[in-house]
Amino acid sequence: MIPDDLYYSKEHEWLRLEGDGSATIGITDHAQQELGDIVYVELPDPHTALEADDVMGSVESVKAVSEIFCPVGGTVTEVNESLEDAPEVVNSDPYGEGWLIRLRLDDAGSPAATMLSAGDYDKHVASEE
Amino acid sequence: MSLRRTPLHALHKELGGRLVPFAGWEMPVQFGGVVSEHLAVRRQAGLFDVSHMGELRVSGPKALPLLQRLTPNDVSRLVPGRAQYSALTTDSGGFVDDIIVYRRGEESFLVVTNAANTARDLAWIRERGGTAAECVEDLSDETALLALQGPRAQPILQTLTDLDLTAVRYYRFAEGEVAGVPGTVARMGYTGEDGFEIMVPADRAEELARRLFDAGAPEGLVPTGLGARDTLRLEAKMALHGNDIDADHSVEEADLGWIVKPDKGEFIGRDVLVAQRQNGVTRKLVGFELRERGVPRHGYPIVVNGESFGEVTSGGHAPFLKKSLGLAYLPADACEPGQAFEVVIRGRPVPAEVVPTPFYVRPGKKKKKKKRAAAAAV
Repeated sequence: MIPDDLYYSKEHEWLRLEGDGSATIGITDHAQQELGDIVYVELPDPHTALEADDVMGSVESVKAVSEIFCPVGGTVTEVNESLEDAPEVVNSDPYGEGWLIRLRLDDAGSPAATMLSAGDYDKHVASEE
Repeated sequence: MSLRRTPLHALHKELGGRLVPFAGWEMPVQFGGVVSEHLAVRRQAGLFDVSHMGELRVSGPKALPLLQRLTPNDVSRLVPGRAQYSALTTDSGGFVDDIIVYRRGEESFLVVTNAANTARDLAWIRERGGTAAECVEDLSDETALLALQGPRAQPILQTLTDLDLTAVRYYRFAEGEVAGVPGTVARMGYTGEDGFEIMVPADRAEELARRLFDAGAPEGLVPTGLGARDTLRLEAKMALHGNDIDADHSVEEADLGWIVKPDKGEFIGRDVLVAQRQNGVTRKLVGFELRERGVPRHGYPIVVNGESFGEVTSGGHAPFLKKSLGLAYLPADACEPGQAFEVVIRGRPVPAEVVPTPFYVRPGKKKKKKKRAAAAAV
């Protein structure tokens, strides 16, 4: 259920290293399930510089709004514009077509130091319930 | 404090409901998802458990005078078998609660209250009703209330009862059996759709709900939770106590002046409400749409002509209309449709515009012209 090749934050974001100094970020399946039907996604402008734990946007469901924290430092290179017209894709494909932003990482440091593995994230989710 | 459970608690779990605390109760916020439930009610039907709401029996010779004194609507106009939307008003014409008054007989009434307010309502009635309050009996624990809502509600319900539902018109009710369970069937709701609220003994509620789901399955009936109940009532511009109406906003300000019948005689808050009707109010509850992207939510600040003016009382994304809608009190001179203002969403002012309400009117329903008694008629 939880992809092995991603890093996770305790705030339920995921991050995939693309191997070229960039990373893709989204929210986890658990997060979209908790939020329910997503109706609006607010994302940063490209070129925005973000530090780790900065608020990079928000995801709103019918029930609630949830801020999205950037788990690592970097500069936004691309945002998923298709979510403007189809925010529900975050529900249906959170690890794929429902990605949120791409980021050029600040330094060569690996998110491994600060983020959770799939196994640890799984335990984190279990501990919250 | 432990949360209270309705008689359908086990069924909610069985049906996959996500249970959350609400007004001291553990209630299902959703089953299949708020949007799909919302659309099911607009297109087919949904069944809501609203057993957390309060039911008060008011009976005896003091019942009618008591209700006339506590509520602004004219209870004497109700004939047995009819119900009316009303309120328990404060001295300043605000809402202790909004309620529905059923008249079952000459001296027999039933008052349905909001779950969060039932205890406070009872205390209020005892405080302001004096000895007449002895005629009030709290039936909430032994009563379950199910709301079957949507265009397929009547055909579904008719398969389970000998009552002629076509004769049960809007805000009327009949007493009889549904699926063998004795109860009260009223045509009313909180969704903007046709539908019924069915009151039955608590210990028969699960049996009835199961029969309704069985009978409704071919018609597309789904279990629906509080999430969809909130989005549905917002599209229909039905006020939620604690959000849109409260003790600090009067019935006239809430744009519910049609429940105020000053001709009936004295009632709590009458002087203020009559004066407001004659002189006008300084603010009024209106509906609005956002003109740019974003979702307005309860508590977001409002700016009118550069000045702060209260907060969004209810707001959200409307699943059927696919718009961002809300309700708010605006200054009386800024209440007309087309009026522009801003909703501040996390620090960012977003343009909004007053629009006519209800936002949603179901197909085939005539839009009622507001029959507003002229000041002279007061």
